[in-house]
Amino acid sequence: MDFDFTEEQQIIKGAVERLVEDHYGEFERRKIYQKEPGGFARSIWRDFAAIGLTGLPFDESMGGAGGGPVETMIVMEAIGRGLCLEPFLPTVVLAGTALRLAANEGQREAIIGPIIRGEMIVSLAYNERQGRYDLFDVATSARPIDGGHVINGQKSVVMHGESADKFIVSTRTAGERRDKGGITLFIVDAKAEGLEVHGYESQDGQRVAELTFNDVPVAGDAVLGEPGEGLALLEAVIDHGIAAVAAEAVGAMDALHGLTLEYLKTRNQFGVPIGSFQVLQHAAVDMMVALEQARSMAMFAAMMVDAPPEERTRAMSAAKVQINRSARQVGQQAVQLHGGIGMTFEYKGAHYFKRLTVIEALFGDADYHLDRLGKAGGLLSDSRYENVT
Amino acid sequence: MELRFTDAENAFRDDVRNFMQTEIPAGIRRKVGEGQEITKDDIVRCQRVLNAKGWATPRWPLEWGGQPWTPVQHYIFIEELQQNAVPQPQQFNCDMVGPVIARFGSEDQKRRFLPRIANLDDWWCQGFSEPGAGSDLASLKTRAVRDGDHYVVNGQKTWTTLGQYADWIFCLVRTDPAAKKQEGISFLLIDMTTPGVTVRPIITIEGRHEVNEVFFDDVKVPVENLVGEENRGWDYAKFLLGHERTGIARVGITKQRLRRIRRIAQQTPAGDGTVWDNPTFRARLTETEIELKALEITQMRIISQMQRGGDPRNNSAASILKIKGSQLQQKATELLMEAAGPHGVVHLGRPIEDGSNDPLADLEWASLATDNYFNYRKVSIYGGSNEIQRNIIAKAVLGL
Repeated sequence: MDFDFTEEQQIIKGAVERLVEDHYGEFERRKIYQKEPGGFARSIWRDFAAIGLTGLPFDESMGGAGGGPVETMIVMEAIGRGLCLEPFLPTVVLAGTALRLAANEGQREAIIGPIIRGEMIVSLAYNERQGRYDLFDVATSARPIDGGHVINGQKSVVMHGESADKFIVSTRTAGERRDKGGITLFIVDAKAEGLEVHGYESQDGQRVAELTFNDVPVAGDAVLGEPGEGLALLEAVIDHGIAAVAAEAVGAMDALHGLTLEYLKTRNQFGVPIGSFQVLQHAAVDMMVALEQARSMAMFAAMMVDAPPEERTRAMSAAKVQINRSARQVGQQAVQLHGGIGMTFEYKGAHYFKRLTVIEALFGDADYHLDRLGKAGGLLSDSRYENVT
Repeated sequence: MELRFTDAENAFRDDVRNFMQTEIPAGIRRKVGEGQEITKDDIVRCQRVLNAKGWATPRWPLEWGGQPWTPVQHYIFIEELQQNAVPQPQQFNCDMVGPVIARFGSEDQKRRFLPRIANLDDWWCQGFSEPGAGSDLASLKTRAVRDGDHYVVNGQKTWTTLGQYADWIFCLVRTDPAAKKQEGISFLLIDMTTPGVTVRPIITIEGRHEVNEVFFDDVKVPVENLVGEENRGWDYAKFLLGHERTGIARVGITKQRLRRIRRIAQQTPAGDGTVWDNPTFRARLTETEIELKALEITQMRIISQMQRGGDPRNNSAASILKIKGSQLQQKATELLMEAAGPHGVVHLGRPIEDGSNDPLADLEWASLATDNYFNYRKVSIYGGSNEIQRNIIAKAVLGL
């Protein structure tokens, strides 16, 4: 049992924190990046690549840094603190996990290399309007044709969809819409014929897109992983996403709690700092307890995300529930303790609250994960204590 | 970062669990696990089994029967004790007065008291709270006036847990009324059989006798029963309250309770199925398990910090554990009571013998569930209420 970072992890932490501070230390600059095409600054993405972040989870043999979930946690926490706009989550975490786990040699060469060099953005198109949080609810079809496939359907809320060069798309190659078998992942070029990308802004000021597939042809080598067996892969990918956003949320909550404390110490009313009022002190303490509980579960998620699927899934559901509960408490209380200023678009704290709220809705809300974990037997079953009353 | 324990630590855990499951009487463990009241004799028996193994006072100095364990081993030990529903060694003896005497007592006091404290030959209770001194403990008024070779004590203590069993009471008493309130307090050991000591029961909300009032009326206490220096008692009390409080979250106990609740929910009929089939109940139990897991990891983070030489008496960390740990203990009592449903209204108020043909025997668990729901409101009040814990964190950690 050990919660320390290795020396190498400390170095990564220092580097990513410096990078984030350099570009996002001054909050006003974020608004400038948002106005660039795709809603983020390509130059910063190149800096991510320059210090090795885009290659973080990939094997050294592929030119990556060989980092694991703890390294991802470190980077995501810094991203959360900075309210960063770059496509690290969709490209390096989600697509990266899918490719690491399932890409064949040709796919590795064609995609992983360019991702690591910061030259390619890849996003995961897995969500459908009717699917809510069920990864297996896939209506988008892929019909075999001439040694390849043709894809029809739609995908919703695809992160950085406008900027993506390629999508990893979940499709149905067999069975009914809600069958767990018959799901196949494809790598689809963003410029493919018949693919429409409609970009828009999400509540946190990031860019997402709706994708429409109208007879989009894909070649035979576009299948990622085993045909018809895509669900297990997709579940693993989304679980890595959960571990990553758990850390991002901790970074955001930590920064937001810090801002709130600063405000409590400097804002004067009735002739004294408002932080001298016990009712506000206790609210700030409860925020801290929520933050520490979330931090613990982000660490738990990082340490469990490579566990066997059953154990992994239970742990990620647990982590996501705690993250969501803490995010809501810390976010709402931060606005409340700031009073009017917390309500303004201008104020950085408000944007942490918005990002945290978006994270709540990513990869399953608390109700979804409570249900999934409850049905899976919860966290406590242990045969060693079966005979205890 | 690594969640897993080492092979040696896992082997240690197996040893501890084996011992708990084979050497501690099963009947007593069952009573603890089901939330029944246990007798003085039950507690004494278990503590003597542990003491014979050297495990009643593992945190004490080695020369007085402590174990040379790492913080992780101490953590594993407590977790196994709790998960296996073993009565904790009497805490006023082992976690409170023992460590204070071992640290600040005279050699005579150590020799005289410590072995008997460890073996529960003497039962100790705590004389801190007074009717006018609860959260504001330092405003206590019980006076001790020096008169030759003894003190004369007058005053009243309250909320004295299991004082009805006690042979001795360790008290905070005021020896210098002129000094600032924290500075005129001394730490005194008082024999409960001394003339002028009176114990009166306080029946708590669920109808049990767990706490007492203790009155002191011209009680003569020999000066050799003063611990450390006169008027330094507040420092010793702070040491006592800070003495290794990571067990305070009682994660192992709540784990055992939640496991039991799941089993009972799965066996208790409701509608076409069981209580477990109700998605709301399932979600609330699952959520409690998640919060408990988060608290467990928080606790492990603190232990791991201690392992690296951090301050084991980190009070702000203890405050987080106390707040969250007490909330989850209370949550567990709510869930069990709710699993009992309409039978949660049953109040037996008496133990039912094994194998009894009492018509209410099958509802004993439901009655106990509600008793304990009421009784467990105490855990967010005692040992520094959760509001006091928040004050501590606000000041010490948040700088407010």
